Amino acid sequence: METTIDITLIWVVIIAVGVIAYVLMDGFDLGVGILFPFAPGETSRDVMMNSVAPVWDGNETWLILGGAGLLAAFPLVYSVFLPALYIGVFLMLAGLIFRGVAFEFRFKAHRSKGLWNAAFAVGSAVAAFAQGAVVGAYIQGFEMDGFSFAGGPLDWLTPFTVLTGIGLLAGYALLGATWLIVKTEGDTQAFAYRVAPWMLAVVLLVFGAVSLITPFIDPKVMERWMGTWQYLWVLPALALFSAWVLIRAVRRRDEGIPFVATIALFITTYLGLLVSKWPYVVPPDYTFWDAASSPDAQLFILVGALFVIPIILGYTAWTYWVFRGKVTPETGYH
Amino acid sequence: MELDPILLSRIQFAFVVSFHAIFPVFTIGLASFIAFLEFRAWKTGDTIYTQISKFWIKIFAVVFGMGVVSGLVMSFQFGTNWSAFSYATANFLGPVLSYEVLTAFFLEAAFLGVLLFGRDRVPQGVHLFSALMVALGTFISSFWILVANSWMQTPVGFELQDGVFHVTSWITAIFNPSFWPRFFHMGLASLLTAGFVVAGVSAWYLLRQRDVVMNRKALGTTMWVLLFAAPAQLVVGDIHGLNTFEHQPTKVAAMEGVWETERGAPLLLFAIPDSANETNHFEIGIPKMASFILTHEMDGEVPGLLEVPAEERPPVGITFWSFRVMVAIGMVMILFALAGAWLRFRRRMYASPLFLKGLAWMIPAPFLAVVAGWFVTETGRAPWLVYGVMNHAEGITPALTGGMALFTLIGYVAVYAAVFTGGVYYLVRIVRQGPEPADAVHAPAHAKRPLSAADTFVDDAAVSGARS
Repeated sequence: METTIDITLIWVVIIAVGVIAYVLMDGFDLGVGILFPFAPGETSRDVMMNSVAPVWDGNETWLILGGAGLLAAFPLVYSVFLPALYIGVFLMLAGLIFRGVAFEFRFKAHRSKGLWNAAFAVGSAVAAFAQGAVVGAYIQGFEMDGFSFAGGPLDWLTPFTVLTGIGLLAGYALLGATWLIVKTEGDTQAFAYRVAPWMLAVVLLVFGAVSLITPFIDPKVMERWMGTWQYLWVLPALALFSAWVLIRAVRRRDEGIPFVATIALFITTYLGLLVSKWPYVVPPDYTFWDAASSPDAQLFILVGALFVIPIILGYTAWTYWVFRGKVTPETGYH
Repeated sequence: MELDPILLSRIQFAFVVSFHAIFPVFTIGLASFIAFLEFRAWKTGDTIYTQISKFWIKIFAVVFGMGVVSGLVMSFQFGTNWSAFSYATANFLGPVLSYEVLTAFFLEAAFLGVLLFGRDRVPQGVHLFSALMVALGTFISSFWILVANSWMQTPVGFELQDGVFHVTSWITAIFNPSFWPRFFHMGLASLLTAGFVVAGVSAWYLLRQRDVVMNRKALGTTMWVLLFAAPAQLVVGDIHGLNTFEHQPTKVAAMEGVWETERGAPLLLFAIPDSANETNHFEIGIPKMASFILTHEMDGEVPGLLEVPAEERPPVGITFWSFRVMVAIGMVMILFALAGAWLRFRRRMYASPLFLKGLAWMIPAPFLAVVAGWFVTETGRAPWLVYGVMNHAEGITPALTGGMALFTLIGYVAVYAAVFTGGVYYLVRIVRQGPEPADAVHAPAHAKRPLSAADTFVDDAAVSGARS
């Protein structure tokens, strides 16, 4: 209807890409933390931690950027999600802090290693679960009074969100396991090959259950998938295909394909979720455009974002390139 | 008793932001110090500067890391506890705070890695340039944060539409009336903080005769900075105070403990303000001095707290006493700076145990002064979030209950207590371990994270030689 560029749409793309970038990148290092207690021995734990040591904090920068970006571009999302997930946000932050500190101090510890191991594993698991619950809460929608959240403190914690929480926990563990397949060898890699199918099984179970339940929670979703948009079914089909590729690759002991297949599984699921809810970002009633800040505010920060984000991406890519290849017990980053 | 979510959220914010503030205020000043050392090393080729810089870069890395961790919490506080405020002010504060984050990440991505790990891998000029950019970047970061805070203190350049702030002039809003005094006040506070920490730690080493040449150099350099910065802060602080007097007279009335509007108001050295009875007890003051400082006339008029209704007055006791703590520490800092100059003139600066001990004891003082100063300006703004436009009750998260706020308050206290006890303990270990010789060769650290720049262990080896 108008010829000017829709800045809000640009921000939708930035935030949408930012979220999946965060999920994939912090996902595998949180996943390594979730698998940590089950690793075959302390040497293996050293290897696991070293495999993510150079990149984990870079991965988490996207979370902070996302928080600030939401406040600037979609303040309604920021001012509804955070109060609605009040306790969950606290648990996630506490988890991430303990995990971050454990990362640094475990390498510099002798006697207190066990303590840092526990902090790393528990912190990772709590953060992952809380993020999964966010997904569930988003699907459920929010009780609103005008432009503010009007629900209770534990609305975000329902059987459904516990389900999505477990789903993302297993999903991150799967990302972590397939990452370890790429990055390690010997005992650690064998361990990763062993757990990957189990994690995939949990992911698929939750994926199936959530897919069945969601249309009944939100009639719009039912209408979308059963109505005119039926070509959408290509997304779950691709997700299942990715799962099949993943299993086959694990059986054949391929090293790179399981990780790529897991990423494909995440992206297709994520796209499925986005199109299910589109264009609502604070369900059930508010769209991205309702949630947007004023155009001049979005433009003002867009200038900075377009300048800095490519630099951060370049730096991220460079870091991954520098630390490519297998991590062995002899590789010490410390 | 009914738990008040507003009061608990205010305590929570005060707690997390006070904890957070002490890290950046130190790293901003320290980054400039490191950049100066790198410049001197480049200019003179004297390795003593490199040795000092190497040691303080390790400290910088750990403190920067702790600042990032506590900053993570800060970026969510606005939304969790003050969602109505966030929603209303997002058109301005959203971009401003995002620019702060972008600056910080740009800095980290582009230059911090080179500064921390690149000394032996890039030409010295490039390393120096990175140090300068890190120093500049920390100031740009503080620029954005102080823009946000100053705007909340002296909001301009906006119009309200349906309770939402819309920016009418970005330039006016960014360079709002209290911005520049606040920026220079904080900039000097950062230099003073880093200065007193470096001076204190160097003095501590000198008292123990450790690395004498290096620590004399560090102390000597720092005392010059303090000799300039400590008195300058008195002037800038005064300008900032006059600015507050112009724009937020109620805050100044609370700082000075003035209830009734009066001419020739005394400067109170001691008093116990009593908000219930709208008076002070046990006043001890210098006659007419408050009027003189604020209006530069002995009989100038100082508007009192009673000019505004009780519900628009800040908590007087906290504002009043925080102000006195800040000013008193500032005065002690000036004394130390002058004592240093005098001892230097007498060529006894490195040999006076009393002076060196005093400096070592001064290490916590600048942090206390900074937190007290923020208490003055933030408590003094109460009950407003955006001065004169939006108060605490309007900005609080509507769905927040007292129980939820209490739960997370206890949670953050527990998390911070654990994490920062660990952090400070680790810093003390680094200091005790001491600097390395200028020509120490390192196994290359590969990880590009701040804390990896420090290689001290957090605990003692159970088996000697376990360190690999």
